[in-house]
Amino acid sequence: MTELQKYPVAESLIKAAEKISENDGLWDGRNKAFDAFLSAGFPHKKMEKWRSTDLSEYLNAKYTYIENTDPVSNLNINQVFHCSIENFETALFTLLNGAYVYNTAPLTVMENGVIAGSLRQAWHEFPQLVGQYLSKLTENSVNGLVSLNSALATAGFFIYIPDNIVFDKPVQLVNLVNTEVNPFLQIRNLIVLGKNSKLQFLQCDDSIKDKNSFLNIVSEFHLAEGSHLDHYKLQNKDDSAVMTNTSFFGLQRDAKLSTNTITFNGGNIRNESIVNLNGEGAEAEIMGLYLVDRKQHVDNQVLVRHNVPNCTSHELFKGILDDEASVAFNGHIIVKPDAQKTNAFQSNKNILLTDTAQISTKPFLEIYADDVKCSHGATVGQLDDNAMFYLKQRGICERNAKMLLMYAFADEVVRKITVESLYHQTAEMVSRRLKGELSVCDQCMLHCGSKHPIEFEIDVTRI
Amino acid sequence: MLHIKDLHVSINGREILKGVNLDVKPGEVHAIMGPNGTGKSTLANVIAGREGYEISGEITFEGKNIFDLAVEDRARAGIFLGFQYPVEIPGVSIMNFLKTAINEKRKFLGQEPMSAGDFLKLVEEKKKVVEIPADLMKRSVNDGFSGGEKKRNEIFQMAMLEPKLAILDETDSGLDIDALRIVATGVTRLKKPENATVVITHYQRLLDFIVPDFVHILYGGRIVKSGDKTLAMELEKQGYDWIKKEFA
Repeated sequence: MTELQKYPVAESLIKAAEKISENDGLWDGRNKAFDAFLSAGFPHKKMEKWRSTDLSEYLNAKYTYIENTDPVSNLNINQVFHCSIENFETALFTLLNGAYVYNTAPLTVMENGVIAGSLRQAWHEFPQLVGQYLSKLTENSVNGLVSLNSALATAGFFIYIPDNIVFDKPVQLVNLVNTEVNPFLQIRNLIVLGKNSKLQFLQCDDSIKDKNSFLNIVSEFHLAEGSHLDHYKLQNKDDSAVMTNTSFFGLQRDAKLSTNTITFNGGNIRNESIVNLNGEGAEAEIMGLYLVDRKQHVDNQVLVRHNVPNCTSHELFKGILDDEASVAFNGHIIVKPDAQKTNAFQSNKNILLTDTAQISTKPFLEIYADDVKCSHGATVGQLDDNAMFYLKQRGICERNAKMLLMYAFADEVVRKITVESLYHQTAEMVSRRLKGELSVCDQCMLHCGSKHPIEFEIDVTRI
Repeated sequence: MLHIKDLHVSINGREILKGVNLDVKPGEVHAIMGPNGTGKSTLANVIAGREGYEISGEITFEGKNIFDLAVEDRARAGIFLGFQYPVEIPGVSIMNFLKTAINEKRKFLGQEPMSAGDFLKLVEEKKKVVEIPADLMKRSVNDGFSGGEKKRNEIFQMAMLEPKLAILDETDSGLDIDALRIVATGVTRLKKPENATVVITHYQRLLDFIVPDFVHILYGGRIVKSGDKTLAMELEKQGYDWIKKEFA
């Protein structure tokens, strides 16, 4: 309690919790969750998995807790942004300051049975369906921020893909922040894939106004037997933005997950992926790329639980650090005693361009079964001299040679993007980011109207 | 064209080259042979401008002292080094890579960038010279290439960049006889009266395809013997022991 109360935002959170518990029509478990938050408090540096990420500096800033008044209609989202990826046709959904934004209806039930839209509306209309999944993956979390989210989030995105349905285009969820105050936001997403269904899901996190924001996002992904989720997170936030992104994945028999988080920019971003392999034959590929400079901080935490035999997990995280940027990677793998024939692989590779950039990388394998294949590796290095010589020998100048090598380094992660148009756009953004040309005004995949003329010395889009 | 006088090169205080003299004129093909570890690759790297060596002596290229030029400027001035171990650059296509290289060279020479059309025409023309398969062009630079494909790609780059002086460092290593023939035929086809080639090799077999005007034997950091192509044949017959005995 005392630990918590030293932060200016605490008072408004406690008030909000009192108010919300009286609010009908919202999902339950809030009091319990808030109690859990009160006893856990905000994560701090003395906790093993938070050693490299210090939130206190940010929590000392003055944030305004915003209750998500959900859903919001009659807002022409096209005036705020448009997606700039060519030939990228998506089913687009938007959250603005945590509230679900819609034109026609807060929740759509499609002909094929797919339900998508506001989580709050879904709770009203389909309480049984939502109740079956909501908070089921988060209830054992000891992370105070997850408890806080469970207690205070009132809005977010929901999608349900019924059994045997292959959703024909990528679903894009754009999470925008645009307020006059410094917001402290709780956002909750629930993604449910039925048996043998398939979904490509893209989360874009962007800021529009240059305000200090603190976003606490929790997403739950339920993958039923034989289902297949392709998940992408693209993060291009202000240097002043703080974002904690906690994603829980539950995989049943033969389910396949591929999740790829690409961080272009941000003040302090923490991505935590908790992957539960609960059915035999399940496979998870967990990837990330971070390109950081100035005083940015990115922390990727992965926890994979091999709960049953014959599952596979692959982790690949790569990053390039410039200036005084700092990065943490923690890959925690737990192989339960019964989980024989487990394959678990982990790799974290980093390039440090300066002496002042910092990386803390840590594999953490807890293996309780004896018939398993596990490997882990971490590298921290500079650009390869040999490769630099090769490029310069072809007449390519130092700057472009560096750019090409950094691009090549990043490509191992970028090329895993299976949506072609998204791959090309991301590849282009990576090259622009590496050349220092990508500004937050480019708004990730989005533009807020202020376009910068961009010159390409190297046309990386035509690869 | 290339003039090397009393070149001494050390790495970390250890002397590798101990006074090398070499003259290469336009239109000539020189072969530098020698046992492993005698400084053949060091010589190639020093000419190309690789850092990390302590150097004394003189190297001029077209009358200019090249020690004043950075690696990339030597390349743009027309020196090409075919690598023994070409570097893989995933995610960057050969086309993109070469377009960048060609246009940086043109900029250095005060020329306009090459148009996309002209570039493609040049690619088509040079592809035939080195018999490079079309699908190789779509791939990233050397990414997942076999040994033969990498070397073929080196010769293709050489064809595209049209250097005045090409130094081929152990281009034949790791090649089977068919790949060797293709690579060597490419080099021979690219030969022009105004250009020169220096072939660095351990074995004589490459010289069956690329016939040298001069053969030099580098041993113990010096060129200990020079002659015409018959020297290479003699070496093939007698082996390097003959040299080792004579100059030990």
